[in-house]
Amino acid sequence: MRVVAPHLGLLALLLSLHFVLPAYHHGNLARVMVLASFAMGYNILFGYTGLLSLGHALFFAAGMYGAGLAVQHLGWGAGPSLVAGIAAGAVVSATLALLALRTSGVAFMIVTLMFAQAGALTILHFSEITGGDEGFVLPQAGRMVAGLDLSDANTRYLAALVLFAVCLSLSLWLVRTPFGRVLVAIRENEERARMLGYDPFAHKFAAMVISGTMAAAAGATYGVLFGYVGSSFAEVQYSILPLLYVLLGGTGTVLGPFVGTLFMFYLIDLSSDITTAHMLIAGVALVGLTLFAPQGIMGEIRRRLWKGLP
Amino acid sequence: MELGPYLLLATIEGAVTAAVLALTAVGLSLVFGVMRVVNIAHGEFFMLGAVLAWWIAQLVGGHAAWGFAAALIGAPLIVGALAMAADVTILKRLSYDPERTIVATIGLLYIIQQSALMIYGPDARPVEAPFNTGIALPWPEYGPDGWQMIWPWGLGTTSYKLAVIGAAVLILCAVWAVMARTRFGLIMRATQADREMATAFGIPVTRVYAATFGLGAGLAALAGVLIVPIQQAHYLMGADPLLLSFIVVIIGGLGSLPGTVVAAVLIGLSDGIISVFFSPTLAKILATLLVALVLVFRPQGLFGKHAP
Repeated sequence: MRVVAPHLGLLALLLSLHFVLPAYHHGNLARVMVLASFAMGYNILFGYTGLLSLGHALFFAAGMYGAGLAVQHLGWGAGPSLVAGIAAGAVVSATLALLALRTSGVAFMIVTLMFAQAGALTILHFSEITGGDEGFVLPQAGRMVAGLDLSDANTRYLAALVLFAVCLSLSLWLVRTPFGRVLVAIRENEERARMLGYDPFAHKFAAMVISGTMAAAAGATYGVLFGYVGSSFAEVQYSILPLLYVLLGGTGTVLGPFVGTLFMFYLIDLSSDITTAHMLIAGVALVGLTLFAPQGIMGEIRRRLWKGLP
Repeated sequence: MELGPYLLLATIEGAVTAAVLALTAVGLSLVFGVMRVVNIAHGEFFMLGAVLAWWIAQLVGGHAAWGFAAALIGAPLIVGALAMAADVTILKRLSYDPERTIVATIGLLYIIQQSALMIYGPDARPVEAPFNTGIALPWPEYGPDGWQMIWPWGLGTTSYKLAVIGAAVLILCAVWAVMARTRFGLIMRATQADREMATAFGIPVTRVYAATFGLGAGLAALAGVLIVPIQQAHYLMGADPLLLSFIVVIIGGLGSLPGTVVAAVLIGLSDGIISVFFSPTLAKILATLLVALVLVFRPQGLFGKHAP
């Protein structure tokens, strides 16, 4: 209970904020929750399994396009489209896992980067279906689920909160199961985990599929909630952002991705008033974090205040 | 135009791409080979070279050749110095840990790119070539009077493009000579072979690393200067060379210089020729997939002998 309490507390806080926040921050927080779900998916692979992927934009885009194309070309509603997006993410991440997990370390990073690049280029190439670099705006009909209008700011916030709550509970549950413990064992020392009789490949494969599917769920939700599907979400920047969120918030902590996303989102938001070069902040943050605080915010809290933080 | 002249044209364009690509990729390969650092910011050094070339040419004024000559010397030196500073302040403090340096160089990429946007602005700006005479190329054709040379319309190149190819060959030979024949090259190869043993023999490894990182960045900047009269300087121009250099370095075998050059020529030429017949995007998709699959199934590269 001690472990679950702060996470439930965060969800309750987010729910109560729904009633008090001014419109601008209300909309921002909905976006942050969806992006934080993306980052939580990333964290399962990077933070808990120790595999640094530079290609998670591929999964995010698989979810977004899986859902978006189903709405656009098949005329599906938001519910089935979200399922289609999540399924697309599962298939793509399983395929990539089978190939990329044959490598490790730097080669794994480059392989995931290259496949994500190929994915982004494929979206550009088939511009008649995908709308190329302009993307497409989802019609209103494709943003309704069970009579609820997801383009409405209030429903949108609550839908984002539902996604966030599901991803948060799933992460929290997963990392405390024996399966999650084995992932950490693989991160710390893969050879030792193998000697103890665990199958590293099977565990890494499962972690990558869960991670990719969660990222795809975030991508599909992002597309349906904000009504736009575009190739910029498949580009390298969207592989770097979850890495940045997780590093900033704290790798291998359940709450870290949310904290990191919230900080980074507002940092970039504030800086874009001053300059158009807002990715400069991201660059400085990446270098600063690797140099001075590789543990991130929640990692520091775990080190100094609360050793048992999941 | 018929197919033959068309192919010749594509080959020349491809050779220019290959020349610039070989310089950039050798820089990347050198850094990876000696320091085991995957430098994601490498394309930004290329961009900095091009942007600085514009700035220096503006500053010098006078005849285009003077400005260009100054840029050819100045830009790589400035970029090399910047890279050495980045190595000492950032990479060295991470003790060259492979994964953390990748994250740091991604950060460096955004810092350089966005600083260029802030200072230089979002416009693409040209630099005048020092010389740029058009050269029409002949093509043999069988006519009523037997074989004769014709000059098909549109089949031509410029003296500057040929000079770029020549310059790249010269520079690559110089790099090879430095690596194979000088004391500095010997020290670099020793560090590459075994860092700890090199330290034990009194080689100042940290200084070798800084020099290598500077040299690699300088080569990318040089390539940027050479390309800027053909293709304008823009703050986002680093993305394509980065991707292509990665492809070249991986296919050529990580850290192998001859392999890198061979792969650059192969990729540059085929990029030129494939882009003529297919869409450039399709060519890039195939190339990135090829690289990923090479890394998965043949990590030592198509020409390398050992896994890195």
